[in-house]
Amino acid sequence: MNGMTAFFRDSTVQIAFWGLVKIVVILFVMLGVVAYLTFFERKIAGHIQSRPGPNLVGPWGLFQPLADILKLFLKEEFIPDRANKILFHVAPILAVAPALTSFAVVPIGPDFIVTDVNVGLLVFLAMSSLGVYALTLAGWSSNNKYALLGGLRSAAQMVSYELALGLSTIGVILLAGSLSLVDIVHAQSGAFTLGPLALPRWFVFTQPVAFVIFLVCAFAETNRAPFDLPEGESELVGGFHTEYSSMKWAMFFLGEYMNMLTISSITVTLFLGGWNGPWLPDSLKFLWFFGKLFALIFLFMWVRWTFPRLRYDQLMAFGWKVLLPIALLNVLATGTAVYWVGNR
Amino acid sequence: MITVLFVAFAAILVVSSLLVILHRSPVTSALFLVLAFCSLAAIYLLLHAEFIGLVQVVVYAGAIMVLFLFVIMYLNLGQDVESGATVVLRRGLGWLLGAALVAEGALLLAGRLAPGPAAPPALAAAAGAGNTQQIGLLLYSRYLFPFEITSIILLVAMIGVIVIARGLREAAPAEPAAASAPAGAAAPDDAPGEDA
Amino acid sequence: MIPLSWLLLLSAVLFCIGVIGVLVRRNAIVIFMSIELMLNAANLAFVAFARHLNSLDGQVFVFFVMTVAAAEVAVGLAIIVNLFRLRETVFVDEINLLKG
Repeated sequence: MNGMTAFFRDSTVQIAFWGLVKIVVILFVMLGVVAYLTFFERKIAGHIQSRPGPNLVGPWGLFQPLADILKLFLKEEFIPDRANKILFHVAPILAVAPALTSFAVVPIGPDFIVTDVNVGLLVFLAMSSLGVYALTLAGWSSNNKYALLGGLRSAAQMVSYELALGLSTIGVILLAGSLSLVDIVHAQSGAFTLGPLALPRWFVFTQPVAFVIFLVCAFAETNRAPFDLPEGESELVGGFHTEYSSMKWAMFFLGEYMNMLTISSITVTLFLGGWNGPWLPDSLKFLWFFGKLFALIFLFMWVRWTFPRLRYDQLMAFGWKVLLPIALLNVLATGTAVYWVGNR
Repeated sequence: MITVLFVAFAAILVVSSLLVILHRSPVTSALFLVLAFCSLAAIYLLLHAEFIGLVQVVVYAGAIMVLFLFVIMYLNLGQDVESGATVVLRRGLGWLLGAALVAEGALLLAGRLAPGPAAPPALAAAAGAGNTQQIGLLLYSRYLFPFEITSIILLVAMIGVIVIARGLREAAPAEPAAASAPAGAAAPDDAPGEDA
Repeated sequence: MIPLSWLLLLSAVLFCIGVIGVLVRRNAIVIFMSIELMLNAANLAFVAFARHLNSLDGQVFVFFVMTVAAAEVAVGLAIIVNLFRLRETVFVDEINLLKG
């Protein structure tokens, strides 16, 4: 009995246990949020298009996601005959897993983070690099030339925009002085005061160019909004998820929204001040985080239903010839400014 | 605890590298190589090299292997089917030479596998400068020249790849000057936005 | 604490697997992958020594090796793609135009 209490008081076990609790909480909350994101997407799309969106299932259509999940569970599952069975089954998992893993380093509140790795930003970049495999393998394993083309195109698109994504974060790193997301959030506390006016010290105000580049690359990384040609081909053929049906397709869908959620969280952490905000005590600061997060997600959905789709060569040219040089110039300018201010 | 984790990741590493060279389909080989790189990154993390470990995932597993997979899928390579007497002879010779190398390595390491003196404690992560900051300090002071050379290597490689991959499609007589110009000269026209 | 000899043993095993891959396989892309294995074996040795000698120079070297490897892979794959367009094959045995 004594041995057991000693075991549970051991600090490593404590860290592991509370880490596990936080992981479970985040997992369930985020999965629930993602399910309702599909509902909000359809509602917002509806109102942008002057129609009500789904409003039959439950009050204001709020039980629509449950109906959707039920339908997807009950659909018949097709697996093409000569598809690569193992890869076909693994690809949807790869769509969701890296996005969920990134949540381990996102600071949701002053004490609410699963683990404060001192290279947290690199963990996010690593996970978003791994997310490319899902689409590529889905396209390849389907044994379908349209799926293959869609998969290859999306892989090329994601890899190209990852460069500008990483480069745009360097400005933030220079200003915060650390790769740890917790440090970056702390560096954004406080405000610039000019008499009665106060501007929060968020990096969106000191790094506006980087913010815009990061946001555009976020759209491209999640295959959303104006950059969804690889899957928007689904309006025509199918893109990388042509051959997927029922729950596997649902996993891809889930993966896309989860990716959106993850990259929005990182944007909030890097540029919009994380959980910083006035008037709330420390224990409630996570509400600020969620508020900014949902505002950003609303922006994602708003942009999707407003802009037309970019053609593939326009997309690639934009990523390489416009975003990359501007991101590099931003790094140069920020570095010069930091050195000049620090050495006056 | 760390030793257990190390042995586990090392086992995954060795098994997946063996499967890389043994499997017949290039796509599966590439995927096992990704697994090998990810377990190698985990070993780097165990060795307190956090920056290098995560850069390994971003660069090797996330970019280089994607490029490999991309080329394999673009060329639509199926399984490697080889048969015949020359194949067996060549394979046998290859394994023989490989075994010779393994034997050499075993000879060198024989009797020296005892753990040896304990390593000094990990570099002062508590002294405020984390792994990344210390690498940065080294990189931009002692290793500044190699750093600049590496960026030139990357630039040359990028230009070279664009020129090579464009190769056969453009009519050769149309731009002999551009094709034979040294890598440093700027190409007169833009490479069209290309897919693969 | 991971003993240095174990790390070097792992690095040697990885290197040998890479060499065997280059010698045994005839698909140019798999040969390339084995070369990457060899490079990573060297990287592992660098990081192992960086840890045990308490000096970060090893990790800086790994940084450079990774960058050069990335450039090499890009150029090599471009050459292979071009070769495939010419000869319709990536098997190095069949690329024997210069054979006497």
